[in-house]
Amino acid sequence: MSFLELFRRRGSAPVARERLQILLSYERASRGQSDLLAILREEILSAITKHVTVERDSVQVRMDRGPSVSTLAIDVEIPHSTGMLLATGS
Amino acid sequence: MAKVLVVTSGKGGVGKTTSTAALGAALAQTGQKVAVVDFDVGLRNLDLVMGAERRVVFDLINVVQGIAKLSQALIRDKRLETLWLLPASQTRDKDALTEEGVGNVIKEMREKFDWVICDSPAGIERGATLAMRFADAAVIVTNPEVSSVRDSDRIIGLLDSKTEKAEKGERIEKHILITRYDAQRAARGEMLNIEDVLEILSTPLLGIIPESEEVLRASNIGSPVTLNNAASAPARAYLDAARRLKGDDVPMAIPSDRKGLFDKLFGRRAA
Repeated sequence: MSFLELFRRRGSAPVARERLQILLSYERASRGQSDLLAILREEILSAITKHVTVERDSVQVRMDRGPSVSTLAIDVEIPHSTGMLLATGS
Repeated sequence: MAKVLVVTSGKGGVGKTTSTAALGAALAQTGQKVAVVDFDVGLRNLDLVMGAERRVVFDLINVVQGIAKLSQALIRDKRLETLWLLPASQTRDKDALTEEGVGNVIKEMREKFDWVICDSPAGIERGATLAMRFADAAVIVTNPEVSSVRDSDRIIGLLDSKTEKAEKGERIEKHILITRYDAQRAARGEMLNIEDVLEILSTPLLGIIPESEEVLRASNIGSPVTLNNAASAPARAYLDAARRLKGDDVPMAIPSDRKGLFDKLFGRRAA
């Protein structure tokens, strides 16, 4: 075992620790509560569907939970016809 | 049309999730389109081993219940674009899985992938029986140790009676994957040898994965071992096993990591 390898061997445990801390803080916070993500998704969708007709299949939700902030990305495909409607209607 | 594979064992802690991730990635590394599916509802871990735990939005139960589409729940691997993950739900319990619902999801996945690999929970309860229910083939992960072999035997019995294939009178393809194999301990006669395990279970061998610190390192980082260090002994063993699953004729070998000075001085006396 070389010295370089010695350092490399220490390398993965801190990564594991950080990943677990992020994951567990999220899971502990959401335990016993309804899923914040699901609530946000439904409310954002209902806000959108008030103005345009969207296919639920054409909605993609992505999430990235970070140590201090998480990002929620919602892609909604709005068909041109209804998109125009929104532009003229509002 | 995909081949549906269940990775199962009966016993916990033998390496099902590690093997699912490694075999899934190994097949995807050869260009095959692969989905790995976590059936361990309430105790999911495949997402963590694959390094996708921060990106889970929907899960298997959401798809089974029609809350999300399959395409919305599948998470594409960041390293391999032909590898996808369908996570289990962490908050629900296994009763939320229905046979009909799981059957529909598997049917849809068959159309979209070359391989659908179902990571079974330990035990023989609902999650485990549904994970194997629609499988064409099974990888039975076994440690060379008495309780693991006994549980594998029990699982083989279930595969031959409770799967859809078995009920139709067809044979489900079965493979034994020996994991956590320690050649030095086997040489000292402290570990069941592989011939004995295969004879007891009378099932063919898919591969022998040596015990290795590389497996722990890969899971720490959140990467299948075949991706994290493809040259390591366990990775080579998994890559060979994946080729055998594809039907290639790969001679059976137990890869080992190159020994450093430390191992040469202190490891030798064990052999």
